[in-house]
Amino acid sequence: MSANDPREQLAAHRQANVMLSRVAASLYWMSRYLERAENIARLLDVNLQISVDFDRSDEQFLEEHWLPVLRSSGSEAQFFEVYKTADSTTVPEFLTFTAGDGCSIRACVAAARENARQVRDQISFEMWEVLNDAWLFLKDAAPESIRGANAPGFYEQIKRFSHLFQGLTDSTFSRNEGYEFIQFGKFLERADKTSRLLDIKYHILLPNLNDVGGAVDTLQWQAVLRSTSALESYRRFYVQEIVPWKVAEFLLMSDSFPRSVRYCVEQCDHFMHRIADIPAGDYRTPGERRFGRFVQNLRFAAIEEIMNGGLHEYLTGVQAELEAVGSLVYESFMYHPPVDMAAEIRLHQQEQQQQEYRRV
Amino acid sequence: MLEQYDPGEFYDEMFTSPGGVRTHYQSIAERLGSVSHDDFEKKQAAVELAFMRRGVTFTVYSDDQGTERIFPFDCVPRIIPADEWAHIEKGLIQRLTALNLFLHDIYHEQKILRERIIPPQYVMSARHFRREFMHFEVPKNIYVHICGSDLIRDKDGRYLVLEDNLRCPSGASYMLENRAALRRAFPDLFRAAGVRPVEGYGAQLLKNLQYVSPDKFGGSQPNVVLLTPGVYNSAYFEHAFLARQMGIPIVEGRDLVVRDFKVYMRTTAGLVPVDVIYRRIDDDFLDPSVFRSDSLLGVPGLVNACRAGNVTLANSIGTGVADDKVIYAWVPKIIRYYLGEEPILPNVDTYLASEASDRNYILENLDKLVVKSANEAGGYGMLMGPWATKAEIAEFREQILANPRNFIGQPPISLSRHPTWAQDVSDFEGRHIDLRPYILYGDKVTVTPGGLTRVALRRGSLVVNSSQGGGSKDTWVLSEKAA
Repeated sequence: MSANDPREQLAAHRQANVMLSRVAASLYWMSRYLERAENIARLLDVNLQISVDFDRSDEQFLEEHWLPVLRSSGSEAQFFEVYKTADSTTVPEFLTFTAGDGCSIRACVAAARENARQVRDQISFEMWEVLNDAWLFLKDAAPESIRGANAPGFYEQIKRFSHLFQGLTDSTFSRNEGYEFIQFGKFLERADKTSRLLDIKYHILLPNLNDVGGAVDTLQWQAVLRSTSALESYRRFYVQEIVPWKVAEFLLMSDSFPRSVRYCVEQCDHFMHRIADIPAGDYRTPGERRFGRFVQNLRFAAIEEIMNGGLHEYLTGVQAELEAVGSLVYESFMYHPPVDMAAEIRLHQQEQQQQEYRRV
Repeated sequence: MLEQYDPGEFYDEMFTSPGGVRTHYQSIAERLGSVSHDDFEKKQAAVELAFMRRGVTFTVYSDDQGTERIFPFDCVPRIIPADEWAHIEKGLIQRLTALNLFLHDIYHEQKILRERIIPPQYVMSARHFRREFMHFEVPKNIYVHICGSDLIRDKDGRYLVLEDNLRCPSGASYMLENRAALRRAFPDLFRAAGVRPVEGYGAQLLKNLQYVSPDKFGGSQPNVVLLTPGVYNSAYFEHAFLARQMGIPIVEGRDLVVRDFKVYMRTTAGLVPVDVIYRRIDDDFLDPSVFRSDSLLGVPGLVNACRAGNVTLANSIGTGVADDKVIYAWVPKIIRYYLGEEPILPNVDTYLASEASDRNYILENLDKLVVKSANEAGGYGMLMGPWATKAEIAEFREQILANPRNFIGQPPISLSRHPTWAQDVSDFEGRHIDLRPYILYGDKVTVTPGGLTRVALRRGSLVVNSSQGGGSKDTWVLSEKAA
């Protein structure tokens, strides 16, 4: 631990709206994990619904449909350790119940709740109760609860828990620093998930350009919109048929739709400034300046250019920028390097000896 | 609903004989009488579900995972009339006042030892006596800020002190949650019942913690924190609950750092000083630079900061010496010595295996006595003579002979019983109970009117500990008017 480390300096005020760094981290992860659980539920729900309309049901076709879903959660390798084929039973089961490390809904809700438990003194009782309810709902849920006609109701319930939690955060949580960490975590996670959802479409589309514009294609783009609850908003905005590049434009660059990448990034920008306590529009450190460039890019990018340069490449870049700003905020405000116990013990034993020496 | 209830051979809290209800239980008996067994069972289940949903749980680590369990709750409240409570309250205040004077004395002049009121070797050999703290001053001379004595009643209904619990007594959160749970399940029971509120506990505790902030402290309001071993501790729910009640930060060892003999917490804004620590970590784990160096829960340098008078610990270090069951036996003498008064609440008769005559008595009556290790808690390290096997008795005989200082013997007290819902027969049966009131020491000593009534849910069991099949009840102390 260095003496110049700003985290080790004395706070300006004795009572400075005290928030432990560990608490900030727990609030941030609590919020991120619940948002992630909601997004997995959306993804599975919509993909299960469209798979009902498939006129093919051979293994290859199903894999083409479900593999990208798996990839978007980054758990493909983990999946094939347990299952042989990716289909409408195995993938939902895996991403709902079995995947570990924050890849399944169950793991995410468990992690959100565990983080909430660490900061139970900080969040309202109502917020805790929703997370605990969600956990009790999932803990012993049987695999049948997501089979066939049960699935829509099940995923709806997961989304409800998340929305209820957000509503309660809005109505029962003070607008203090903790709120900023909760919001930053939520919007960061959401931006990342929306970008990954778009990316799934890339996986389906590009290998077979001839299908673009076909009936299945429209259905699948509709699915992308529905999985982000964006179908109605999109229709109000464009009032036309569903066109792939417009869907991409809407989900990437809408300045008003609350699940679009740009909207979420703008929110991250806002809350990052609040957390760092710097005026809006200021970017001081190299990390902050990098994020500032990213925000600007989203504001002024044109969808044609993005498509020409390759949507997948662009989205990969988006995900890298999101990760960078996440690490920046995490390391500056939430993460304290653990103390070196052995060194601390030596230090204080020496101090003690000096004290005793002085007394003699 | 209680027509079939059999009070049995024991002191029953509610009944003097079958059908003969004690005066202070009369209105409860009537109101419960209008509830059918079915409805009662449903409410009982609803309360348990509510505890689960609210996360009022403790964690049992019987496997790797750690299962969260609720502390079973029984919906029939335990009632203490005003005159009985006045007696308990006086007795507890007397006892804690004397024990605090005792702690001050043994860490300073040791008059009580020099005058041979207590044989010095008992204090010196007590596991929790901290030589490092000789001649160490604590703010306002208060050592024990929070005390949770265990009281039991014998066959005549006499209240006896079984243990003092002067280190980190737990359970106050259940006292508060139980009240809230019963209010939700049976709001009608409380109407005009004259139940004194327990909800002032958190505010009183905070006030007391602020009262003992270091003398050097110069700010407008001291920074008080609650130090927990962390989320995996079985009492974590309680730690978070009490921190929330008081509106103070809950911290773990890794959140604190000591610089220049001052304690700071690591916040998003930098280091913020800490003045008072309500610690829920035992002495041994507090500071690895002084006590156990393998402790990862503690804060290196904390003891130095404390000795320098820059931070106050509640309870103070070294209070456990008076929890030693051998020292317990001397508490009546301690009360007489420091206060010149007769103890209001008697001890359970206690034989010390280290005194020759007592030892012989214990060894000759192992099958009739309860034998306890001097420093175990939670119902562990105990021989229940009348119910023990020959092998268990033989094992304890050897242990006692090998280390007499570590054992005491007591006649078994059959603990009072209370009507309690028995799930297996869907009816009320008598179950043994004890009482843990909470005594707080600040500018004066106060006892929260209520406490945690623990109940041994297994038929015939005398063990009320949560780790061994115990549950709890809401505890009503009635106001004068109601009595």
